[in-house]
Amino acid sequence: MDVITRRRFLIASGVVAGGAAAAGATLGLREILATAGDGDPAAKTLVLVTLYGGNDGLNTVIPYGDPALAAARPDFAYAENELLDLGQGEALNPGMTGLHKLFGEGRLAVVRGVGYPKPNRSHFQSMDIWQTAQPDRPGTTGWLGRWLDTAGGDPRSAISFEPVLPPLLAGASSAGATVPGGELKLPAGVTPDLLNALGAADEGESPARARAAACFSDLARVRDLVSAPLSSDDDDSDAPATATGGAAPPLDQQLALVARCIEANVATRVYSVSLGGFDLHADGKDAQKALLTKLDKALAAFAERVAGKNVVTAVYSEFGRRVKANASDGTDHGTASNVFLLGDGVQGGLHGEPPNLTDLDEGDLKFTTDFRDVYATLLRDVLAADPEQILDGWSTHLDKVLTG
Amino acid sequence: MTDRAQVSHLLRRLTFGPTAAEVDAAVRDGFDATLERLLRPVAVPQAPPMGEEPAAGATREERLEARKKQREQVVALGRWWLGRMAAGSAAEKLTFFWHGHWATSAQKVRSAHLMFAQQQTFRRYGTGDTSPLVRAMLRDPALILWLDGQKNTRKAPNENLAREVMELFTLGVGAYGESDVKAGARVLTGWQVDRTTGQARLVARRHDTGRVTLLGQTGVFDLDAYADLLVRHEAHVPFLAGRLWARYAGSFTVPGSVAAAGRNTTALLRAVCRAPEFAETAGTLVKQPVEWLVGAVRQLGIAPTGLDGTLRALGQVPLRPPSVGGWPEGAAWLTTSSTLTRLRAGQKLAAQSQEAPADPEALANLLVVDGWSDRTYAVLKEVRKPRELVALGLASPEYAVH
Repeated sequence: MDVITRRRFLIASGVVAGGAAAAGATLGLREILATAGDGDPAAKTLVLVTLYGGNDGLNTVIPYGDPALAAARPDFAYAENELLDLGQGEALNPGMTGLHKLFGEGRLAVVRGVGYPKPNRSHFQSMDIWQTAQPDRPGTTGWLGRWLDTAGGDPRSAISFEPVLPPLLAGASSAGATVPGGELKLPAGVTPDLLNALGAADEGESPARARAAACFSDLARVRDLVSAPLSSDDDDSDAPATATGGAAPPLDQQLALVARCIEANVATRVYSVSLGGFDLHADGKDAQKALLTKLDKALAAFAERVAGKNVVTAVYSEFGRRVKANASDGTDHGTASNVFLLGDGVQGGLHGEPPNLTDLDEGDLKFTTDFRDVYATLLRDVLAADPEQILDGWSTHLDKVLTG
Repeated sequence: MTDRAQVSHLLRRLTFGPTAAEVDAAVRDGFDATLERLLRPVAVPQAPPMGEEPAAGATREERLEARKKQREQVVALGRWWLGRMAAGSAAEKLTFFWHGHWATSAQKVRSAHLMFAQQQTFRRYGTGDTSPLVRAMLRDPALILWLDGQKNTRKAPNENLAREVMELFTLGVGAYGESDVKAGARVLTGWQVDRTTGQARLVARRHDTGRVTLLGQTGVFDLDAYADLLVRHEAHVPFLAGRLWARYAGSFTVPGSVAAAGRNTTALLRAVCRAPEFAETAGTLVKQPVEWLVGAVRQLGIAPTGLDGTLRALGQVPLRPPSVGGWPEGAAWLTTSSTLTRLRAGQKLAAQSQEAPADPEALANLLVVDGWSDRTYAVLKEVRKPRELVALGLASPEYAVH
């Protein structure tokens, strides 16, 4: 089919309107989705939300019923009437009203105590482990990159809205595409033919140079996936700043782009979005609540918008925080934490064993669910892939969390 | 490798992109003399005109005003620094290496004056023995603010700074344990920044003077003793050799000859460039966006101004690394969006170019590319306009990976 005939002109959302004003655009707030209508209507979509910096799980899903928590963190406690109860002595952080509502409707699954053996407390190592799904020896490919390799390698299948490729989308023979701000409009005189010519493989090149070339042909394929200017407002200096954050557009804008792609039924199966700033070694309580509120608003709005469209969203961070607070009213690097799953087919409720707050490993929680069980579930039930092939032979998955 | 290719490779890696004239001069001088000239110490510059550090302010409006002023000062410092980079010395590239290594962001530090003071520490101590550098960095106000040293007290230490000092700055993962992180944090308790003077000092009542076991030694350590334990640790020199090799040479295993040069950064850099394996790394290293852009500006003979938007789009704004781990290296920079940004920025830069190459050969000479692949040559030979040639050359795989 001719590319032109497949194009759809869609009215842009308010998010784009604000961004376009900032970017000085004049009229015609429209986007072009060239693969619109190409998606398999039965296929499900996975949206992976990475929280950079190590989100404090114990202050996200709060085991307020356990006296050990108040003993370890006297200054972190919320009043009981602020807490958003989930039952079983657990509650959501007061900033997360939207997700609390989804939980009440049976649409949010909280998997507790997710981690991996021999926890690594370095942000970078632990994030590598989560993104490669290789705790023993993180390699150079991400778990969704390896899925992409097995699913044909089309860069349009896996998209990130960040300027730099997250390792999780790097495969051995292919890579996901980055579409920051959703805009990939070609400059004057640059044609798809030119991109394909510069993207041709040339014998004897180093792997890096071959990848640089392949980016040109990837660009030729991806460029029209979505094209609309987003806010270039990067003045985020007043956002809670910490030393471990992603440099990405705001999460609500990333998710709005995902929603528009999904609404247009594009061929993409996996979206990677992120929110940074969770490394709160000091004065953590208020700053984390503000971040969780941001996360909650964006996720809840997204969940409403794509309900019924076969979308599953998963939210994780590289580790939780130490059970005991430090003197700066912050928390240091910890281990196991919660993973949130929401969307169509998700069986809401509390899943997995809550970690014991007093039986600790060097002051940190012991994990009760291996994160590869979560990935295997997503690969199997959302992407209809073979988890064992992608997860180095990992053969178990979560029960009763997702219906296939 | 020809002599010209050899010195081109050396200049590409040690500086922010050489000009053809600089390559010509280096061919005349030879590899050894060029290397020694590039490694020679240079004078530490005066502070750029940034204006006074604004007072914190008593009201909300005053505080917002002060923040705004600080942001403007950071932008001014960043532009001044790009100008220094474009002046072309190897010293400034090393300063940039250290900035990415001890990655500290103005986003949290806020003060351009403290960011500049940290840069000056890199310039002053970043070429010699690492001991004075580590001692200075442990009391560096910007680093202390960035990694919560400000909040690190005897009553319950904050581990952030102690962990990253060992993991990312001096030893690398695996060379220390969790108990060393806790002990290191105790040693660093009480070091606080006075925001008015911009100096760090030890506040005795917040400092833990107890005995700790740190990196296999038990005793009472002060900050300098901790720094000494770090730089004398067997993992320190191999770790630093690996970091220098990764940024200056290539990603594969660092040759043993590099670490054998010992604890002096200039000696380590010399060893990187003199390693037999160094030549083999040509064509394998992905340029960081700053390297790509500053090199282009130098080679085209244009003013290093108006670069902020391109750097933002490429994901690398000096003084604002994304995290304490610094910027990524390698293929993470090679994305569909960075390819598009290079195409766009290439056109903008080409429009200002003082140089007008007539054919692919002249373009290779201008951009100090050893040669084009058949693929890229086939595209370039069809292009008639010098500006289009320059724009495509800048975006090409051969220019993105050097």
